[in-house]
Amino acid sequence: MCFTREGVAIETDFSYTDALLACPECDLIHEVAELEDGEQGRCIRCGAILFMKHRNSLDRALAFAMTGLLFFILANMYPLLTFELDGRSQSNRLIDGAIAFMDAGYWELGLVVFVSSVVAPLMVLVILITLLLPMRLNRFPINAQGQMRLLSYLRPWAMSEIFILGIIVAFVKLSDFADVGLGPSLVAFVCMVFATVMAYITLDDEAIWNRLKELKK
Amino acid sequence: MTGQALTAQSMGAISCEFCGMLVSNNFIESHSQHCPRCDAHLHSRKANSLKRTTALLIAASILYFPANLYPILTLISFGKSTTNTIMGGVIELANAGQWSIAAIVFIASVFVPIFKIAALFFLVLSVHFKMSWKTRQRALLYRFTEYVGRWSMIDIFMISILIALVKLQAIATVTAGPGAIAFAAVVIITMFAAMTFDPRLIWDNSGEEDDGQ
Repeated sequence: MCFTREGVAIETDFSYTDALLACPECDLIHEVAELEDGEQGRCIRCGAILFMKHRNSLDRALAFAMTGLLFFILANMYPLLTFELDGRSQSNRLIDGAIAFMDAGYWELGLVVFVSSVVAPLMVLVILITLLLPMRLNRFPINAQGQMRLLSYLRPWAMSEIFILGIIVAFVKLSDFADVGLGPSLVAFVCMVFATVMAYITLDDEAIWNRLKELKK
Repeated sequence: MTGQALTAQSMGAISCEFCGMLVSNNFIESHSQHCPRCDAHLHSRKANSLKRTTALLIAASILYFPANLYPILTLISFGKSTTNTIMGGVIELANAGQWSIAAIVFIASVFVPIFKIAALFFLVLSVHFKMSWKTRQRALLYRFTEYVGRWSMIDIFMISILIALVKLQAIATVTAGPGAIAFAAVVIITMFAAMTFDPRLIWDNSGEEDDGQ
């Protein structure tokens, strides 16, 4: 669904407003449109997505985030992969990749892997819950503004979906000369990624700001 | 109304980078540099965007060489050791008949980093010389570049899994190589380069007319 603004006079006298929106990628001014559930609005000049609306956005995102957190815990408890060669076997957990880099003296890589596969994905889920759960219970979240900003900082560094591809490549490389098996945590990890992606898809920032405004009153 | 497109900048306002609240310059001057809704610091364009992006791109270009020349991992199996560079790993997968995986790794680890560095250099130059050529396509190029950058981390995760999983001393052991550090640095530095680049600069001075009105 495209959003147009033909023939609309734009009011430019304001101190601050959320009735107008400048495209984050090209700065073009748009009037904020009333959308139906499931609709999207794109910038008429550069095509960036400007608005979207989902039914029960906040409740659904909260449900997905809580599901994701549960699976995250499971994903950390059991092995992801098992490896067998010459009668000996070994398995690894999610956190072991970061630890292995640290042990080998590559602490920079250990840190990068720890942040992108463990800390950031976990923080994203936790922040979603600490933001959305109080709002669901009609309370104002602690430092909601800070949490919103932290969430957008963290987002590019949470790389669980890329980690899944890393697992697939490692699996293929090893299958050549050893027996590699899937651990129970792998399923949980994939479910966690799916839940996180769904939480993001259903989450609507505008709905959060509107709800926060309601709660402030 | 024809002529210059109506942007936040041309109407004397700043769009908050985080929450999209549109704040007028009058309000910023008389009240606060911070967004009234989300409290983020307000700026019309990212500070020193072109300089920062260029500096990060130069750093990434330099690191691109050790990332590809040094080994990223060594596999010792029954006393036989094989050492892989990034490209070596792709060739090995292809030789083993794993074409689809080899293609994924090639795109993520070889193609994406070089593409990203080239695309961002091109975008920086196009803004610097105030090009008005194919503005929308350049905006799409930026969006694509920003989106694909993270996927180069596949190889780093693959190495982290292998070294954690394969440690059966003489039977089979995987160790990481110094190329991995340079490679991870290239990926992260180019991610920062894409973040510091402000895509709105592509449209400023582009002379693009606003056909919406």
